[in-house]
Amino acid sequence: MPDLLLELFSEEIPARMQRQAAEDLKKLVTGALVDRGLVYEGARAFATPRRLALTIAGLPSRQPDTREEKKGPRISAPEAARLGFLKSIGVPESEFHRFDLYEGHSISLPERGLSVEVRGTGKDATAFALIEREGVETLAVLAEILPGIIRSFPWPKSMRWGAASAQPGSLRWVRPLRAILATFGAETEDTEIVPFEVDGLKAGNITYGHRFMKPEAIEVRRFADYVTRLEAAKVVLDADRRKEIIRADARNLAFAVGLELVEDEGLLEEVAGLVEWPVVLMGGFEEAFLDVPAEVIRATIRANQKCFVLRKADGSLANRFLLTANIEAKDGGKVIIAGNERVIRARLSDAKFFWENDKRVWEGYKEKDKLDAALARFQKVTFHEKLGSQWDRIERIRALAKELCKVTGADEKLVDRAVTLCKADLLTEIVGEFPEVQGFMGRLYAGLIGEHPSVAAACEEHYKPVGPNDRVPTDKVSVTVALADKLYTLMRFWAIDEKPTGSKDPYALRRAALGSIRQLVENRVRISLLSFFCRHVRLPAMLAPPNADPAEEARKARSALAFDLLSFFHDRLKVMLRDSGARHDLVDAVLGNGETNDDLLLVVRRVEALGKFLDTEDGKNLLAGYKRAANLLRDEEKKAKTTNETEGAFEAAADPALLTEASEKALHAALAKAGEAVLVALEKPDFEAAMRAMASLRAPVDAFFDAVMVNAEDPAIRRNRLALLATLRRVTRQVADFSKIAG
Amino acid sequence: MSVPAPLDPIKSFQGLILTLQNFWASKGCVILQPYDMEVGAGTFHPATTLRALGPKAWNAAYVQPSRRPKDGRYGKNPNRFQHYYQYQVILKPSPPNLQELYLESLYAIGIDPALHDLRFVEDDWESPTLGAWGLGWECWCDGMEVSQFTYFQQVAGQECAPVAGELTYGLERLAMYLQGVDNGFELNFNGLEGDAKVTYGDVFRQAEEEYSRHNFDYADTEKLFRNFAEAEKECLALLKAGERGEGQHHGQVLPAYDQCIKASHAFNLLDARGVISVTERQSYILRVRELAKECGKAWVKTEAGGA
Repeated sequence: MPDLLLELFSEEIPARMQRQAAEDLKKLVTGALVDRGLVYEGARAFATPRRLALTIAGLPSRQPDTREEKKGPRISAPEAARLGFLKSIGVPESEFHRFDLYEGHSISLPERGLSVEVRGTGKDATAFALIEREGVETLAVLAEILPGIIRSFPWPKSMRWGAASAQPGSLRWVRPLRAILATFGAETEDTEIVPFEVDGLKAGNITYGHRFMKPEAIEVRRFADYVTRLEAAKVVLDADRRKEIIRADARNLAFAVGLELVEDEGLLEEVAGLVEWPVVLMGGFEEAFLDVPAEVIRATIRANQKCFVLRKADGSLANRFLLTANIEAKDGGKVIIAGNERVIRARLSDAKFFWENDKRVWEGYKEKDKLDAALARFQKVTFHEKLGSQWDRIERIRALAKELCKVTGADEKLVDRAVTLCKADLLTEIVGEFPEVQGFMGRLYAGLIGEHPSVAAACEEHYKPVGPNDRVPTDKVSVTVALADKLYTLMRFWAIDEKPTGSKDPYALRRAALGSIRQLVENRVRISLLSFFCRHVRLPAMLAPPNADPAEEARKARSALAFDLLSFFHDRLKVMLRDSGARHDLVDAVLGNGETNDDLLLVVRRVEALGKFLDTEDGKNLLAGYKRAANLLRDEEKKAKTTNETEGAFEAAADPALLTEASEKALHAALAKAGEAVLVALEKPDFEAAMRAMASLRAPVDAFFDAVMVNAEDPAIRRNRLALLATLRRVTRQVADFSKIAG
Repeated sequence: MSVPAPLDPIKSFQGLILTLQNFWASKGCVILQPYDMEVGAGTFHPATTLRALGPKAWNAAYVQPSRRPKDGRYGKNPNRFQHYYQYQVILKPSPPNLQELYLESLYAIGIDPALHDLRFVEDDWESPTLGAWGLGWECWCDGMEVSQFTYFQQVAGQECAPVAGELTYGLERLAMYLQGVDNGFELNFNGLEGDAKVTYGDVFRQAEEEYSRHNFDYADTEKLFRNFAEAEKECLALLKAGERGEGQHHGQVLPAYDQCIKASHAFNLLDARGVISVTERQSYILRVRELAKECGKAWVKTEAGGA
């Protein structure tokens, strides 16, 4: 079976876009082929800085022929319906007159692969169409679909170029597209070029080697020789292989001089997207620079030079670095190393200068006046144009943190001090230059002026967790400041209506919410978020409408905002629990219990307890009993509605006088007892006890369904039994909405 | 190379400039001289900002002294100056071999791609004050950024049709690399040695010191605020005066654009003096952009703009 090879050769594609682009290319081409009836055996996509490549193996050489039967209208249907049908199957209007539909008649348009016949008699006589399509050669299908895919390729950012860009609608690509290679054919035969062109760029069978080492044109037939010829022309097609080469060479070079590579997956991915032929080289810098904190050196070398750093056996940073060049230089890389060393030396000189300067400045901060004067600069630094200065922000965080101390149990004085200092490193030169060391430097500087270890730690840890894999701080001071900072941010951005939408979350609010949730759950902090939000959210003045009681309006607006923000937290919590393997139907069930659920720690505990309960025999059976009860109730409630009975027809308490059977009396008693016990347990809260109380219902529920016919003939008894089931529903609902639980 | 040192791109700063001039002249560029006003970058030269607009072909190259008042370091920092040179090339429409031409120019100044690691690293360029953006790269030589390479997509608020390619070489940094010098002031300017040697510092250190004081301490802010407002007013007035109605060429774009440049420089000085708050800063940038946009709109109604 034939294979497709497609290569889109362009000027340098940004490293961060390459992987996604290769995936997109694969998805778009295979998707379009499958839509046209062309299934394939396998597809792989690749990217280098200068090319996207796709190979699709095992495609049929032509589309299968298709036969489709379509049922049309009865021939007695109005004319519009009949004509509409003809049109829908592709009969041209000029031919409508031939398609007079009557019993036993059949007409065909062989040139269009169309025929229509009338089946059935009398009232049932109905038109049926048979549409037969001959499959098209795959080569032609490819020629038809590829230009469109290239034209509308989903680059995050695309551009126009060259003389063609004088015309509107000219081709856009991430950077100028230079050549297209597209061949199609079976393994044993010669391949054919897929005949298409895009904006004057004609597909061919030519690609080019490494920009500097082997720039010549290369003729290619199929994927196998494409890969080997590229490799011979100093291009490693597969990014993962480039990564492996860099990783292995880097480790070896480090090992050879008795050092260890500081692994950095993100940097590796980026570097692999900057070269077609990776050559790892080692350079060094003066020992003296090692006075600068390791994180700063690493940040400098990583961010600006995209180089790896190395460490010694004792874990400390070595004065060496590894760069990944794109060529095998004719001097073995001496000039390249020397050049990189010069740049790194200049960068490190800057960093050292900043570090020493900052250190001196911070020494001075041991005097309160000097620190206060420095911090006063925050009054002039804008946090966000609608939200005022950093200073305002810090003061708000201070107020929130003070209140949060009550729920976290942190020392108020330490928290207050940590808030004062937590953003202070933003004022330092080194953080101005290397934003990624923010927090880390704060901790270092705070230590320098002899702050309490918890205060210093909070300067760094209040930013945490920065990602799903990052650790949540446990120091109470850090937890308190982190929560205050994150909750403040969320409330403020909510108040100015800058919420995340779709893929846009410029202020990382999802991360802030998720971070807060993890702080609360992992550190077992209980707080009623709703009332916290209501008390602390600050609305822009303009929101209050005229002619209304301003206080009342503001209260309403605050409460609406608080509920909205809480539901954002609930969404994040669902995502978090789902990602951690919790059943999301249980999360939905708990959140659907009709309460505000604004203490997220309790929500999580309740979900856990519910999960455990449902794993027990009692739990499973009670759930089954619940479902049976709920289904019966639903049906009866529906009927009750149609007969104009009031809604919630069975919500009234069951009348003990009407209980006849022993098992229904038993259930009645059990429900009263369990209902009470659940309530008491939830008050505490003790979810295990609540579940135990629920478990006690299992036997009476089972016995009830075994022995009692709910739909008794006597309507009063029937109604009473349904009321009993409604009680069961209410009791379970105190814990969770069982109807949302799967199974 | 058998070039005498005063003309050698590796031995003298002027040799680097002359080599680039010759190179781009031989590729068909009009070799212009610097624009005679204070600008923040080579892009501000009307030969780029305005000529990038409209359908007419345009290939030019020039050195542009650039002023960034805030970057002054009183002559104390070896890498940062408030006045420096950019070498600017603009080619419209961008030729299909622009990357190759650029690499050839590096070869001409002594950077051999068989020895050096040359890279095109993603960099999206944007000038908020000019209402301009484009996609391209920072060009790296052995880990150092030596040029900016941009395909203009929009300039002065106008879509570029066709797109122009812009190359900007940071001359001091490039020369430092070529000469193997770590301190910009120690660059050999004229290529001579001994008493006859003139360094970059000989030419510019005093200026760096004086202008740093001026930019940060002495520049008269009240006058600058006035200058800004006046330039803004005059720019718009000239654009209005030059409007000749439907089907007629606009007659005052270049003088109006000069006022836009003046406003921009006044703003840069005020910014360096630290008298503009963060919020105000944004609004000043927007005001300059408004002027640039109006000039762009008028330019396409001129002969050179293709009307």
